[in-house]
Amino acid sequence: MVDTHGEEKITASAKSILEVTKLQELVYELKIEEVMTKKVVTVSPDDTMRAMKEVLRMNRISGAPVMRGRELVGIISIENVIKALERGEIEATVGEKMTSEVQTLFADETVIHAVNKFGRLGFGRLPVVNRQGQLVGILTQGDIARGLLRQLEIDYHEEEIHRYRASHIFQDIVSDQTGLILRYKVQPRDFSRCGEAASKLKRALERLGALPAIVRRIAVVSYEAETNLVIHTTQGGELLAEIQPEKIRIIAVDHGPGIPDVEQALRPGYSTAPDWIRELGFGAGMGLSNIKTCSDEMHLDSKIGVGTRLEVIINM
Amino acid sequence: MKLQKIVEELSLSVQAAGNKLDTEITGGYASDLLSCVMAKARKGNVWVTLQSHLNIVAVAALLQLAGIVVTEGMSPDAATLDKANEEGIPILTTSATTFAVVGQLTALGIKGAEVVNDK
Repeated sequence: MVDTHGEEKITASAKSILEVTKLQELVYELKIEEVMTKKVVTVSPDDTMRAMKEVLRMNRISGAPVMRGRELVGIISIENVIKALERGEIEATVGEKMTSEVQTLFADETVIHAVNKFGRLGFGRLPVVNRQGQLVGILTQGDIARGLLRQLEIDYHEEEIHRYRASHIFQDIVSDQTGLILRYKVQPRDFSRCGEAASKLKRALERLGALPAIVRRIAVVSYEAETNLVIHTTQGGELLAEIQPEKIRIIAVDHGPGIPDVEQALRPGYSTAPDWIRELGFGAGMGLSNIKTCSDEMHLDSKIGVGTRLEVIINM
Repeated sequence: MKLQKIVEELSLSVQAAGNKLDTEITGGYASDLLSCVMAKARKGNVWVTLQSHLNIVAVAALLQLAGIVVTEGMSPDAATLDKANEEGIPILTTSATTFAVVGQLTALGIKGAEVVNDK
């Protein structure tokens, strides 16, 4: 493939775009209660600043909500400790030195609210309350980053498991010859649904971890075979894919009308499609030749009045 | 070059999947014969055609094309646009001819899909 490099580049940039979007999505989806710290260390307004400083040190935190009983009355931080030390007021009470107009977050709001509030106020932490005003947690910017990372990891892990299950099906199921058969019914003259079977097969192969170049060849073969069933058959037909670890066999079978001259049908540009079908862009006489180009083996058998059977093998 | 830039430069009308214009274009291909597109167009290509029926979306989705430019004022029907939105394939329309569109794309530096052997 000449353009392999280009494809890789696209995939990489598409991936990074995807990740950014995923992160933005999470900020709007995750609730504050899912990322906040629930075990909150609180202090009393009657504690001295000296005692409060020890609480911060022991718990390795830089601030705490101030509670009188079950009521949130203020917030105090290491900054207040430093100021109190400078002024020699370390024996003052927390109640005297705390910030008493407390900004809070609601637990059921999304993380984006918190991000905006931190950005606007420049605070290090915000107490989280429920709708009844009771303190239920505390949130720092570090909590948000950790929460997002944890969720990203969970999502990534789920995707990995998903992929693992599909792509290891052949290793997990032991037999002398394991094959997965996918069968698609194709209706005659139904151009609106033409390509559906090929799309479904393509998706299945991607799930199974087939290489992109192989998936492309299989997509071309199955699309053309499906199109032929739609355009030419009287009663439609069946598209069947037998996936084995080392190869895929694609079979298209119908029950008529049959091809009068198989050799002629294989010639690029030869078509028996009526004008109205050609106007839709089908029937260019390139279908079978496209199939041949993309397959490692191809067999076409047909009998007038009986039907046609196309078999293609593509090595994985 | 992003598809968005092409939409702006060629004043194309975005009919479907307007949220998917951030794709980097890998090249271009022009034909009205679906089998030729299946054979030649590559992932990330922009496809120029005057076909406007439902199956252009199936072809573009199978090949993971960046988008479809439908020329000469052809307007895809609602079913086609619905499918395109569902599959995330941008459909861009213009009254210009295929010839003119390809000329403009070439002037912007979009190269034709290279003919490669599929095996």
